[in-house]
Amino acid sequence: MHRDRMKKEKGGGKISFQRKVQFLSAVLLNGYAAGFAKGKLFTGKSKAFCVPVLNCYSCPGALGACPVGSLQASLAGRRFPFYVLGLLMLFGVVLGRLACGLLCPFGLVQDLLHKIPVPKWKVPGRIDRPARSLKYVVLLVLVIFLPAFAVTKSGVNPPYFCKYLCPAGTLGGGIPLMITDPVLRELAGFLFDWKVLVLVLILTSSLFIHRPFCRYLCPLGAFYSVFNRFSFYQMHLERTKCVGCKACERSCPMAVEVTKNINSPECIRCGKCRSVCPTGAISGGFSRNVSGIPSEGSENMP
Amino acid sequence: MRRNKEQAAITWLRIGALAAAVCLAGAGLMRREHLEVLAKAVRICLECIGIG
Repeated sequence: MHRDRMKKEKGGGKISFQRKVQFLSAVLLNGYAAGFAKGKLFTGKSKAFCVPVLNCYSCPGALGACPVGSLQASLAGRRFPFYVLGLLMLFGVVLGRLACGLLCPFGLVQDLLHKIPVPKWKVPGRIDRPARSLKYVVLLVLVIFLPAFAVTKSGVNPPYFCKYLCPAGTLGGGIPLMITDPVLRELAGFLFDWKVLVLVLILTSSLFIHRPFCRYLCPLGAFYSVFNRFSFYQMHLERTKCVGCKACERSCPMAVEVTKNINSPECIRCGKCRSVCPTGAISGGFSRNVSGIPSEGSENMP
Repeated sequence: MRRNKEQAAITWLRIGALAAAVCLAGAGLMRREHLEVLAKAVRICLECIGIG
């Protein structure tokens, strides 16, 4: 059974369930193919709905709105963002970070880059642990505080995260639009160069470190991580089946200590641990039982 | 016993968070905030693409 499971995961060049869902999500979220050819944005009503992942609404193919961009825009208008915050909480409480692992197109890009066979780096714990807190700083400072309160000389509150950091905007919006629109190319200056540099740094890091943006910088992941412990979607580890081989921890792209804290705020619910577990001790799904509180028979690890 | 209490507390927390999320989104819809999102999302965001 173990061999079958491992074969399924590794052998035959089969595309994993996670990858299929990631591709499907990327295509569905950016399904306006004509936009890429024309360099024009989709203007249908579906753009009033925020998607659960970081997907720039200035991507020519985007069919929905980016929740992080929308949150900053609402805050810039000095209004409490009921709608965007409500949707974000809804995604968070139902899925936790499942959206990061299965639905995020920028996560897919990082996953694919990490497949390229170059030496991989294991970030030392003394750097990794504090660096992971950076994403909370990004959320509080660049997404909430500055867009709400920092007004420029021209009297506007720019979306600071989108403007200075977001690599998804550069990859999905900036580059395709620059390719198709000569006027935008003329306007591009230092800021565009800066954003391309940020994108290149993140994409290059992705070759060596698994999902560096998700680990250290993504404000949406930071928001969802708050819900991971009690979201409706939970990961479960059956302690009676666990043989302590730690295959799950070695395979985890987010370096989560699966056997100690399976619903860690860092877990993106990608399911790698489940697929490599030799005894099938790990499962995930919508459940009444929550992290840290074992029920009879199966146990959710504290 | 303690386990059941914790389980119940977290179940209530989930339900509370879900209800709060639905109420917030509903309030936003009543304030027509989705139209503001739409208005922003159908125009090229110059900051997002690095022209800003």
